[in-house]
Amino acid sequence: MPRIDAALREIGALDALAAQDTPVHRLDPRVKLLATAGFVLAVASSPLREFAELAPLALFPVAMLAAGRVPFRLVGRSLLLASPFAVMVGVFNPLFDREVVAHWGPLAVTGGWLSFLSILARFALTAGAALTLLATTGYVGVGSGLGRLGAPRALVTQFLLLYRYIFVLADEGARAVRAHALRSASGRPATVRVWGSLAGHLLLRAHDRGLRVHAAMLSRGFDGSMPALRPLRWGRADSVFLAACLAFFALARFGHLAENLGRLAVGGAP
Amino acid sequence: MHMSDALVSPGVGGAMWAASAGLAAWSARRLREEMTDARVQLMGVLGAFVFAAQMVNFAIPGTGSSGHLAGGLLLAILLGPHAAFLAMFSILTVQALFFADGGLLALGCNAFNLGFWPCFVVYPLVFRRMVGDKPGRGRLTFAAVLAGAIGLQLGAFGVVLQTLFSGISELPFGTFALLMQPIHLAIGIVEGLVTAALLAFVWKARPELVLPSATGPVARPTSMRPVLVAFAALALVTGGLFSWFASTRPDGLEWSSAGTCGREEPAVLQDRWHRLCAGIQEWTAFLPGYDFKSSTTDGEPVAAAAAGTPEAAREPEESGAPHPAVSSGTSLSGVVGGAIVLALIAMVGLGLRLRGRAEQAGG
Repeated sequence: MPRIDAALREIGALDALAAQDTPVHRLDPRVKLLATAGFVLAVASSPLREFAELAPLALFPVAMLAAGRVPFRLVGRSLLLASPFAVMVGVFNPLFDREVVAHWGPLAVTGGWLSFLSILARFALTAGAALTLLATTGYVGVGSGLGRLGAPRALVTQFLLLYRYIFVLADEGARAVRAHALRSASGRPATVRVWGSLAGHLLLRAHDRGLRVHAAMLSRGFDGSMPALRPLRWGRADSVFLAACLAFFALARFGHLAENLGRLAVGGAP
Repeated sequence: MHMSDALVSPGVGGAMWAASAGLAAWSARRLREEMTDARVQLMGVLGAFVFAAQMVNFAIPGTGSSGHLAGGLLLAILLGPHAAFLAMFSILTVQALFFADGGLLALGCNAFNLGFWPCFVVYPLVFRRMVGDKPGRGRLTFAAVLAGAIGLQLGAFGVVLQTLFSGISELPFGTFALLMQPIHLAIGIVEGLVTAALLAFVWKARPELVLPSATGPVARPTSMRPVLVAFAALALVTGGLFSWFASTRPDGLEWSSAGTCGREEPAVLQDRWHRLCAGIQEWTAFLPGYDFKSSTTDGEPVAAAAAGTPEAAREPEESGAPHPAVSSGTSLSGVVGGAIVLALIAMVGLGLRLRGRAEQAGG
């Protein structure tokens, strides 16, 4: 399947998930944005070689996904597809940091392996949190939440308009790719020159369409900002949720949950 | 070359967020002043265009592989720097949210690497200057290739620096730069060629889109002041960093060794960062030092890590306590505990899922 179709399907799938109605989806987008930000900070500020203590933090995305009825498999696949950069950079750590810092039974563990594991865990947690945010809030929800949190109006309008047009243009792009594939014997992607005129046509059409839509929106009273269909409401449940999340992040970040639990389990041995 | 949250420390991520958010706010204000035209709408539609065009692969000449467009330069040419930066910002957000490509904390880094350089530096200083008012096809191509290459070199270098200052990857500066720069030179040249091919087409069909000054009203000359201000801020930040490096480490400017050999250095780096950024981050670095983990200190690696670090010197009474950067992954109980926690979380997840399903079936 061409990349463009795959991407469209991916966006569509996440969008459909975001349209569900669960307790998680009913939370105010601002609350979920702030909680996700706190989560990412908690993960990113963990010490370099930490990875066992990152485990408790996984509760946040897992619980959100489960309560939000988002299939884990979908998120897992996205994570795998997006992982190469972090893995490529992290995989050098075991090469450069060979100091043995621990023994797990017969296994001597170097600091580099620990930090590599930590990078993998960080990646899974933070990228998973971003996908979770989207799948439980929806793009429009994230955009309007950002706007209410003080993001510049032009940026928010741009967020929302971009999203509107992605489907239109990706559809046209997919048609162009298909047309090219059907007419080229080799099955190879277009050369740079052909790509230029292919994308150029797409661009010109997009440009004209943008102007037409703009005129139409102006004539309907567009004043530069997108009206929210559903006004955001921050209730008591939202405050409680946010406070609970932040408290949990602080506890997981500073409380050494894994360490203490493990000590209980193995009988106090360090 | 999207940075991921896994490789960014809160200090670096926060600083780059502040820089990018400031640029975005400033761009938004500039745009509001000139909002008489259909710029907003074009931003949306061209942002989506870049997004779609990225997915249309093309064959890279001479190789069997295919590439795609990054788009910052193209947007700057078609929209002007301010609108282009906002468009790039939103594209990166979509990529981070929908495809986990780049992270939320790293969004500031990515907007800076892929938005700031092409929009505010390369476009006004390289592309506009070279193209002039009546470019031929050859000149357009040359300018686009040069601008694409320079833009991606700067962006890739930004990735290297941000990774280095985050101190999470142990890749030495020199090695990482040698890996990143040549690859991105090739990518940048291809980016320039593709942008040029697209521009050549548009130039033939609708020249006024490429150069607003060619037929339409005279474009406002890009003011150099904001660029200079941004550079001054950047210089200030870098200067602060360098002087801090130099003062804490006599050999601190030996770049290639900065993140290389020592296990302590990244830890020190990170700890320093946190101290630099005050507030919460200060907390994160200090609190673990006071905790009840002392039972693990009899493990020799812990003691080894604690000895000789600046922490030990700074806080003599703390010298016996574990170094903050020593993770519980080094002790058996930490690993066991982590595994138990993961199992518990999996059960919570399954439980919630089953309950949701039951509710769905019941309702």
